[in-house]
Amino acid sequence: MAARRPYVRPMQPGWWRRNPYFVRYMAREATAPFVALYALILLAGLVCLAEGPEAWRAYIEALQSRGWLALHVLLVGIFTYHTFSWFAIMPKTMPPVIVDGRRLEAGAITGAGLAAATLCMWILWIVAGGAA
Amino acid sequence: MPDTRTIVLEVMRYDGAHDAEPRFQSYEIPFTDDMSVLQGLQHVKDHVDGTLTYRWSCRMAICGSCGMMLDGEPKLACRSFLRDFAPGPLRIEPLEHFPIERDLVVDIGDFVEKLARVKPWIEPRVARALEDGPYIQAPAELDRFESFSHCINCLLCYAACPQYGHDPGFLGPAATAMLQRYNLDSRDGAAKERMEVAHSEEGVWSCTAVGYCSEVCPKAVDPANAVNRTKTESAVDWFTRFLRRGD
Repeated sequence: MAARRPYVRPMQPGWWRRNPYFVRYMAREATAPFVALYALILLAGLVCLAEGPEAWRAYIEALQSRGWLALHVLLVGIFTYHTFSWFAIMPKTMPPVIVDGRRLEAGAITGAGLAAATLCMWILWIVAGGAA
Repeated sequence: MPDTRTIVLEVMRYDGAHDAEPRFQSYEIPFTDDMSVLQGLQHVKDHVDGTLTYRWSCRMAICGSCGMMLDGEPKLACRSFLRDFAPGPLRIEPLEHFPIERDLVVDIGDFVEKLARVKPWIEPRVARALEDGPYIQAPAELDRFESFSHCINCLLCYAACPQYGHDPGFLGPAATAMLQRYNLDSRDGAAKERMEVAHSEEGVWSCTAVGYCSEVCPKAVDPANAVNRTKTESAVDWFTRFLRRGD
């Protein structure tokens, strides 16, 4: 009997480009650093608020510049995809939800998550509009 | 009138005794609407090239033997039809992320070792003597783990998992589904020991919730759900460890 010589295929760079599912996954992962970036932007606002009215006003004025507004438009698009992709995977990450003795369908969980996110965004929009 | 349609199969071949690396070999075979990819391979083996090597047994998506990559996607050959790939070429490769033993046969020893690690059997919570009668379980208790018990160990989920491809040490989807299957069983008492495997470096934390494992599962086991629920339990265990000093 010939000696065994199993062949191990290494993963190729760009492995994710071959399958649309992996492309969507990588797109989701690529949006994550932008979430972290925006957390830092909000944290900077909190620091300015703690420093006093002058710093806070300067922060608000800076955010109203064209460059920052353009960045916000871009980030809204990125966060929308991030939100959608996370609620799409949510049914796979949690124990079954039992309603009237039956398991809730994955689509219902994703739909509820997206509805909650839309509601939060709408409330934020109203509050932000009122504050402005 | 006989069906005269043909399809081209591009099959990955590898024989460690002669080949330095895998190569592709093409076969053009006749097929009918009701022929599975497995039957196509059987046609090649019986009529064209007897050296072609692959695993198969039940032909009905029960045994989990004939998992392979069909045009880059992990599928059971017995559950896939040639008509869906005609006229080809249909590229057939062994399951990704496993060492190729020969042609379409992979070495699954790594998985078998991991499966044993999660103790895929019931260790009774309360031992009963034979005369005490059977272990009773209510339908609602069965429902908690039943979907995980449908796993046929076909390993499509491992071939679908890029994290397992990057780090073969990762416990992986099917073994974790088995871990949950027994941990959720009301009759079992070995959950704590299994969770030691889940907490470990090779445990569930290599998973980044890709989710493709559940997409390719032919038995709707949803192993991604098993892995991510285990992650939640592992996190809760870590954060509450100071409250359980007496354990």
